[in-house]
Amino acid sequence: MQYALLIYTEPMAEPRSDDETAASMKLWQEFTQEVVDAGAMRGGEALDEIATATTVRVRDGKVITSDGPFAETKEVLGGFYLVECDNIDEAIGWAAKIPIVHQGSVEVRPLWNVPEEYQVAE
Amino acid sequence: MEREIAVVFREEAGKATATLTRSFGDFGLAEEAVQEAFIAAMDRWPTDGIPDSPGAWVTTTARRKALDRLRREQTFARKAHLVAFDHVVSGEEIGDLEAGDDRLALLFMCCHPSLAPEGQIALTLRAVGGLTTREIARAFMVLETTMAQRLTRAKRKIERAGIPFRVPPPELVEERLQQVLHIVYLIFNEGYAVTEGGELIREDLCAEAISLGELLVQLMPEEAEARGLLALMLLHDARRPARVGADGELITLEKQDRKRWDRDQIETGAGHVRRALEAGEVGPYQIQASIALAHATAASAAETDWVHISWLYEQLGRVQPTPVVELNRAVALAMAEGPDRGLEMIERLGEDGRLNRYHLFHSARAELLRRAGRSVDAASAYRTAIDLTENERERAFLRQRLEEVTSLADN
Repeated sequence: MQYALLIYTEPMAEPRSDDETAASMKLWQEFTQEVVDAGAMRGGEALDEIATATTVRVRDGKVITSDGPFAETKEVLGGFYLVECDNIDEAIGWAAKIPIVHQGSVEVRPLWNVPEEYQVAE
Repeated sequence: MEREIAVVFREEAGKATATLTRSFGDFGLAEEAVQEAFIAAMDRWPTDGIPDSPGAWVTTTARRKALDRLRREQTFARKAHLVAFDHVVSGEEIGDLEAGDDRLALLFMCCHPSLAPEGQIALTLRAVGGLTTREIARAFMVLETTMAQRLTRAKRKIERAGIPFRVPPPELVEERLQQVLHIVYLIFNEGYAVTEGGELIREDLCAEAISLGELLVQLMPEEAEARGLLALMLLHDARRPARVGADGELITLEKQDRKRWDRDQIETGAGHVRRALEAGEVGPYQIQASIALAHATAASAAETDWVHISWLYEQLGRVQPTPVVELNRAVALAMAEGPDRGLEMIERLGEDGRLNRYHLFHSARAELLRRAGRSVDAASAYRTAIDLTENERERAFLRQRLEEVTSLADN
């Protein structure tokens, strides 16, 4: 089964020093390498900070754009991994190793298989 | 007869569900098939009598129902390999094939932390305990349709989220066992709470929780906390006959007729407490069971060993540091060393603030103030407790105490 590990964190209050960034990135690299080595990596991306987001809605045929996400949540989506696992316990195991899990949270969601008749070839 | 069938069925349902989940690799299917077998039993057993080997009957009938269902759903071809396997191993043989371990896997699956707690409870009662949806709905005082939805949601999540049917691997088993014990104890407490009506089904919940505890002890004999939980439930349950008065009112431990306690069950509970403590690692269920045992073996309320009990609460506070444990310790300390020692602790707890809306905190405080002869303070604490209590019987009891202390204060 494939699971998305959705990574939620509170946005950083102030920019980090280069050293802090390097230390943090090393942890991410190590984690990613572990997932790759286990043969579980199916994809994943990191998102730029929340201040760069634009939210789009269409209401009554009109496109409404606004800055930032609408919901006043403290934790925001920061990125995701896509992993192949036998069951949810394995996915939870990976989630518990994600570097920010001690401050933020990781939502584990199985992928939904779009029925064949609705799939679109690329 | 209907009651008798339900009881026999419950004994066998968990094993049948576990066995079929293993052989078909499909929990939803197994679970539905076993419920269909129950309907068949209700239909057939009253005229044919209860079969000599009800377990084999339930498993065989449920397997047939599952096969029927697969054919109906035309997934027969897809799962044909499983069915072929099924033909090789006969019903009885499968029943014996590590059925114990399968029930344990079933229990761990039903109590998986990815499921909502109320879903875990409902699923455990239905799949492992063999209760019908209607019985579970009655026990939790919700509509049958609500309970059915709860079960459907939990079953869907098991399938869609990939919750495994297995005993967790060693690195997970401790954490997951805690969750299983927690769910079993929640089921017990639901049955033990005194509420209006539905007495039979509530006793059933206690009996069901105890048999789940027995199953855990049988299958994981080295787990001291599982044994501790079983002991705790047996010891509480042994007092059941003396807990409720003729008018359905709750009788406090102090005033219970100890001759009505179930001595055999207390003895069984005591044996489990001893064996659990011998195993070494002491956890909260074992300590709570030890406290229950100290009460159960006291010849009278006056002869209760409060020094020992307050020591046990101190130990409990170390592994489970909650204000409610501290409150109990304060009460035990007051019994052992006098109200002033208890009050000292209670006032500290009051400053902490977390129990300020908890009526039992105020009624305990009022009681200790009364015993210390501080009638005016006691009266004010009783009034707060009365305001916070929702149970009418408890309120009546507190009002009576309030009258006593106000008449003392006036004199």
